[in-house]
Amino acid sequence: MSQQLTGIAASPGIAIARAFRYAHTAAETPERAEVADASAEAERFRAAVARAKTEIDAIRESTARRLGAAKAEIFEAHLMLLDDPDLVDAVLEQIDNESVNAEYALHEVTGMIVEMLRGMDSEMLRERATDVLDVSGRVMSHLKGRPYAALSGIAEETIIVAQDLTPSDTAQLDLDYVRGFVTEIGSRTSHSAIMARSLELPAIVGAGKAAADVPDGTTIILDATEGRIVVDPSDEELADYRARKEAYNARVAELKRLASEPSISADGAHVELAANIGGVEDVAKALENGADGVGLFRTEFLYMGRNSLPTEEEQHETYRHVLAKMEGKRVVIRTLDIGGDKELPYLSLPKESNPFLGQRAVRFCLSREDVFRTQLRALLRASTAGKLNIMFPMIAVAGELRQAKAILAEERAKLESEGIAVASDIEVGIMIEIPAAALNADYLAKEVDFFSIGTNDLIQYTMAADRMNDAVSYLYQPYHPSILRLVRMVIRAAEREGKWAGMCGEMAGDLTAIPLLLGLGLGEFSMSASSVLPARELIGMLSKQEWARLADEALQLGTQEEVKQFVEQRSRA
Amino acid sequence: MLSETFTVIHPSGFHARPTKIFVHAATQFNCKVNLVKGSKKVNGKSSLGLLSLGLAKGDEVTLEVDGEREDEALRELGPLLSKIYEE
Repeated sequence: MSQQLTGIAASPGIAIARAFRYAHTAAETPERAEVADASAEAERFRAAVARAKTEIDAIRESTARRLGAAKAEIFEAHLMLLDDPDLVDAVLEQIDNESVNAEYALHEVTGMIVEMLRGMDSEMLRERATDVLDVSGRVMSHLKGRPYAALSGIAEETIIVAQDLTPSDTAQLDLDYVRGFVTEIGSRTSHSAIMARSLELPAIVGAGKAAADVPDGTTIILDATEGRIVVDPSDEELADYRARKEAYNARVAELKRLASEPSISADGAHVELAANIGGVEDVAKALENGADGVGLFRTEFLYMGRNSLPTEEEQHETYRHVLAKMEGKRVVIRTLDIGGDKELPYLSLPKESNPFLGQRAVRFCLSREDVFRTQLRALLRASTAGKLNIMFPMIAVAGELRQAKAILAEERAKLESEGIAVASDIEVGIMIEIPAAALNADYLAKEVDFFSIGTNDLIQYTMAADRMNDAVSYLYQPYHPSILRLVRMVIRAAEREGKWAGMCGEMAGDLTAIPLLLGLGLGEFSMSASSVLPARELIGMLSKQEWARLADEALQLGTQEEVKQFVEQRSRA
Repeated sequence: MLSETFTVIHPSGFHARPTKIFVHAATQFNCKVNLVKGSKKVNGKSSLGLLSLGLAKGDEVTLEVDGEREDEALRELGPLLSKIYEE
């Protein structure tokens, strides 16, 4: 009889193979023994540390070759641990003070560190305990004169089942035979999970104690798309999962191929699928997922969690870096969007009774020109590094836009008079997130290069409902005809003036909404990086012309439920 | 001894990368480097010490340097506590 277990799908995919139970030997507690010569014992410990370092260095190099420098970084951290005074000096001290054997001292010190790390609030820090166990296990194996547990002996198709896998375990996996792994503990952000994703190896973590009972050698199915493990499957289950596995692999290959393809509908309409980012660290993911550009760079993170405003130089460096990395692809950088739920304590802004209807975003910037000008200068100076678009958030009326543009023009003139180069092709646009701006888009379109519809706020302001408030969150209705009409109004206004209209709210990455938005004529969709390829695949299957007709029909409906149902039915058809 | 207080701004707190950069820089100095958060003081040349502070975004941490080239150490190490690290 087959049995099912569940866990966290850490790295997607489906694998079918025999289970291989893997256990670390490092966990056993060494005997405490007095040593006659503490300094000789200390020397023995130092030698074991040195050998462990040499080994880790070799693993670091081979990981860098196989998976790139970033993935090898964990082993640099391991090498640092073997230089760490809180680890190494503490062991040496204990050997010296108590004339105790090195194995025991190492076990004691490691135990304390692991306990400290496992007591931390942060999941990421708790997981550092695995790294400490990994390096100390390696040193321990040298002290005991036997090889550190190796996974390299596996010579048939295998799914590894273990309590946890350390980074050096995962680095040693022989991908010719290992088809996936299951761990009892761990989370999506464990090193083993991260490694599995970069190796593209199906993995389920946190499957719990039950995983320990999986008999060695039993056939198991690892469905890491669903987080399900089938132990000793029936013939039907095997056949079913073999088919699923094939379909899954075909889909992955198809999506991969799309990373370098243009975003184009079945009837040949081009759109741009861009990524939303919050900082330099998100750029690589955007590029890997084939984003056509950055549709929204939220600059508030540069300002948050610190004591003072970021300097022009600091900002300039960040903007330049992002623009350069995107290699000429469009990057829309939104100017400081603060206020509402995003506070900057060091500015000690007055408390407002209605912060969401208060001095937020561009309203704040216009009231604090010094802050605004610094950011604009940083942006203008960075503009020569790539294709910069500047976007002002929360514009309600044309006056605000004109004021913002005037300040931008002044800063440009100043820079040019200082002999600093500024790109000539910077596009300037606004976010449409206030109904007043959407309703007046015809007029605003004359004074911008682009619009980007911020659906999160547009929906909240249109419905007068805070989506974080459980009592009224049902009114957060992206598919409501009122919202769709506003969206259409904005897109048409842009079209009439020969400008482009995009969307950077959550709706843009919603696979159910995309057909409708394409039909409404949206030219740019900006979403989280991981949504880009599925969106590109979907758009490739849609006819824009047909959806233009269907969108018109959908807008005749009266409720969100009707619209949603209509779209879902037509999408399946 | 010199000291100064900084606010951590790294979005995901003081984890692997910023810790590595800080410890690496700290070990270049011969002077004592300590970090103090609340009642806890740790060796700034130890990544484990740093991690044990559990510095999160927005936390305040005091850097104490004592000994050879301490002024230089303060100038160089301080900003590493309150800077965003890029990939």
